[in-house]
Amino acid sequence: MTATTLHSTALPTVTQKRVIVSEWFKLRSLRSTVFSLLAAVICTVGLGTLISALRANDIRTHGGFLPGPSFDPTAVTLRGVYLAQLAIGVLGVLMVTGEYSTGMIRATLSAVPRRLPVLWAKALVFAVVVFVTMGVASLIAFEAGAAFFAGAGIHIGLASPGAVRAILGAALYLTVIALLGVGLGFLVRNTAGAIATLFGVMFLLPPIVSALPPSLYADVYRFLPLMAGSQVMTTVRDTSLLAPWSGIGVFALYAVAAVAGGAVVLKRRDA
Amino acid sequence: MIEARGLTKRYGEKLAVDDLTFTVRPGVVTGFLGPNGAGKSTTMRMLMGLDTPTRGTATINGRRYADQPAPMRQVGALLEAKAIHGGRSARNHLLALAATTGIPRRRVEEVIDLVGLTDVARKRSGGFSLGMGQRLGIASALLGDPGTLILDEPVNGLDPEGILWIRNLLKALAADGRTIFVSSHLMSEMALTASHLIVIGRGRLIADVGVDELTQMASHNRVKVRTTEAERLRRLLAGDGVGVTSPEPDTLEVTGLDSSEIGLVAARVGIPLIELVPLQASLEEAFMNITRDTVEFAGPIEHLGEPVGAEGALR
Repeated sequence: MTATTLHSTALPTVTQKRVIVSEWFKLRSLRSTVFSLLAAVICTVGLGTLISALRANDIRTHGGFLPGPSFDPTAVTLRGVYLAQLAIGVLGVLMVTGEYSTGMIRATLSAVPRRLPVLWAKALVFAVVVFVTMGVASLIAFEAGAAFFAGAGIHIGLASPGAVRAILGAALYLTVIALLGVGLGFLVRNTAGAIATLFGVMFLLPPIVSALPPSLYADVYRFLPLMAGSQVMTTVRDTSLLAPWSGIGVFALYAVAAVAGGAVVLKRRDA
Repeated sequence: MIEARGLTKRYGEKLAVDDLTFTVRPGVVTGFLGPNGAGKSTTMRMLMGLDTPTRGTATINGRRYADQPAPMRQVGALLEAKAIHGGRSARNHLLALAATTGIPRRRVEEVIDLVGLTDVARKRSGGFSLGMGQRLGIASALLGDPGTLILDEPVNGLDPEGILWIRNLLKALAADGRTIFVSSHLMSEMALTASHLIVIGRGRLIADVGVDELTQMASHNRVKVRTTEAERLRRLLAGDGVGVTSPEPDTLEVTGLDSSEIGLVAARVGIPLIELVPLQASLEEAFMNITRDTVEFAGPIEHLGEPVGAEGALR
């Protein structure tokens, strides 16, 4: 009983806030995290600008031969997000599975035996980091792309209809991917399995669903994560798909489901 | 104080831990012994709330680990070597853990110095040797200055100097009034560190004894005698409380008499002795014997200290 009396006065306890600080510190203290985020920024800005430059050049050299009404220059400037999501999704998975593969999770859960605060903290910290950095990256990609399009006589800016929504949407889209990664990480616990599930659901479902009979296809296709989530990054509406905000809402539901599933597994299963 | 009551863990068909009941008291080092696969690590993981028991309870100071308001302040654990992300430095690893419970930076530096990792604390831990990983694990266990320590095979991978260091550290922590529970599959190591032993085999409790008791039990000496007149000497030695066997011709193994008594008897009648060697059963042997027989014991062996048990343990 001596053990209890050693520290009987004013024990600093584990709080959600402290666990968030701890997870923020963990995220910062790994070089691989910083590199992955950097890679995502470079993809968004670099690839987005490059594609915008190529498209603008193509329009210019075809002597005023302008593309049709479905052409969406804003969406073109943000196209780098498609590559960036690979880095963000993998990083989200690794934030969790990296702890399982190294055994670090046992240390983490010994420090926070109620467990769930760890999941909330990881999800919150990573979501905020991704939203902020990728929001900035998307803005830069948009401005850089807009500069090239201006050279071809196509003028887009923050004041253009839907532009701000699309830029924020790109950051939101990547934030949802990040949360999907974290959720699947807790759900699957294994790096390869979680990454395969994440990108399988994102990119393999569309070609599979497209083989369905047309009557079914239209109803299912627009609810697929990729189709639903990506509309928020566009300014020209594709009426066969969901509207931007409802689309990202549906996409977010997938992430909520993954995180909820991860929470159940984390709480129930042996670590 | 650690208390396990009817603790049971089943993985599918396999009972890893089978109805284990024991108490670990503060103030002494308690060794947790058993061969590999006996269920030591599983038991410790259940104590730490990492694995959920199939049945039974594991409490520390009367509470389940998950219900401790300040877990790291109450209990420190080393459950596996290098439970750390290789890309993170030892110092950052400890800072991240400390942050969860509001343990100050100063304490992180203290434990780093205490375990002797000061020179490498800022390097990526991926390159750590097993021994350095163990030291880091011990540092994280000590981070909250807890009243209870649970250490799974802490000497694994440590060099002799490291083993001596941890032995003294554990004794000093126990002398402070803390509860120290240390597992090992090496009896010899436990004999030097622990004063109480909980021995398990195949998930079941085999013995819950003081090291002194076990030492006494194991110190029933045997003497090996090689002589040209084995049969004649055997008859002369035979008597109350004396056991003589002949493992090979010309050789006797005697229990109940020491070598000087045997030598005098032989000298009196002129039997030439070629060899007269006292054999001491080590604690190691005693341990191996009681755990090897695990299958035969349906439950805890109560006759451990008695001659029959000792005899069995020595043979």
